Amino acid sequence: MAEEILLFGAWGSPFSRRVEMALKLKGIEYKYIEEDITNKSPSLLKYNPVHKKIPVLVHNGKPVAESLVILEYIDETWKDSPILSKDPYERANARFWAKFIDEKCLSAIFKACWGEEKEHEKAVEEASELLQFLENELKEKRYFGGETVGLLDIAANIIGYWLGVFEEASGAELLTREKFPKLCNWANEFVSVSAIKENLPPRDKLIAYLRNRFGVGTTSK
Amino acid sequence: MAKNDVKLLGAWPSPYVLRARVALNIKSVKYEFLEETMAPKSELLLQSNPVYKKIPVLIHGDKPICESQVIVQYIDEAWTSGPSILPSDPCDRAIHRFWAVYLDETWFPTMKSLLVVQAEERKPLMDQLSEGIVLLEEAFGKCSKGKAFFGGDGIGFLDIVFGCFLGWLRVSEKITGLKLLDEAKTPKLVKWAESFCADAAVKGIMPETDKLLEFARVLAAKRREAPPKN
Repeated sequence: MAEEILLFGAWGSPFSRRVEMALKLKGIEYKYIEEDITNKSPSLLKYNPVHKKIPVLVHNGKPVAESLVILEYIDETWKDSPILSKDPYERANARFWAKFIDEKCLSAIFKACWGEEKEHEKAVEEASELLQFLENELKEKRYFGGETVGLLDIAANIIGYWLGVFEEASGAELLTREKFPKLCNWANEFVSVSAIKENLPPRDKLIAYLRNRFGVGTTSK
Repeated sequence: MAKNDVKLLGAWPSPYVLRARVALNIKSVKYEFLEETMAPKSELLLQSNPVYKKIPVLIHGDKPICESQVIVQYIDEAWTSGPSILPSDPCDRAIHRFWAVYLDETWFPTMKSLLVVQAEERKPLMDQLSEGIVLLEEAFGKCSKGKAFFGGDGIGFLDIVFGCFLGWLRVSEKITGLKLLDEAKTPKLVKWAESFCADAAVKGIMPETDKLLEFARVLAAKRREAPPKN
């Protein structure tokens, strides 16, 4: 049976890129549809009526939404190059930290980059505390997933690439080598993996977009 | 397996803790329940959940697992004898997980707000909840395929995520006088709620609505008494 895999995404979205990274790691062919989030397509509204958001993966007509849910679906459907360990505790760990990144890190990073000036120092401190948890979690591993890129590495794409771009666009300084040597090393390793590198939005384009949308940030260099 | 190999840090009013307990019951796992007073938080809680400092925390051997949905999935994967909690088909699993995220990130936060806002601010929240419950009624139809639970014949992941909030849902209904689950609008979910609460894995550990109501009243009184935080 011919498989049909569609991905509705947005070029700059780390959530959308997560799905592409996983598909690429597993060597899965798919058709990509770029969504203009200011003018959502009828297809997107049909496939994700609850949230009307990207990414949405449509596999043989059946939609799957929510990036972390999609990552697990991909891992369970295409078993080559697994992104989750078989061990229940390691799986729980990956899920816990992935949720942590989405629930806490992104908004804290955002606040530190584009929040109110008078709150800036406190915002940087809070974001740093969160990054410290991830620094500690990495330990001596090459990737969060161990020897190979796993679900948590993919979920941490925000830290691995987007954070650096946010910093450059806003002038904020968060992921320093001095404070977070392991995370910095990991970020370099992460973006060097071909399945990841091929799926990173162009830096300059992203910086321009961010500055246009959110301003030049609280700390201008 | 020794009972003290599995510990659950929790508190009786918490719907999140209830999720872990239902899952452990489904798998017939013996565990030690350590009731947390939450004020002050125990050393064990602070050590085993340094990120959030919240319950529930499952401690299996010496390994802590946090976040109720992560815990339930862990229980399903660590104890493989006994009924499965997540469905076996990846598509069905994705559907259960999608609605579980929707409940925890969208629906329940709105329901919780209902308990703390002034009466005149309730209408827009109720409207949001009503729209959401219709979606959940539809989802139930699709997931259950005519059977008693989202998981089919037996309680599944989405049943646990949603069902463990039924006590608090009923408290919301009593406090506001507004119906969230309704025979006319959500007949399937009304029936499902009965089946869930009557299930052997749930009955006996689901807190009584009156006790929760009293707990909610005490909490609200404390909030009124406490000086405003700046």
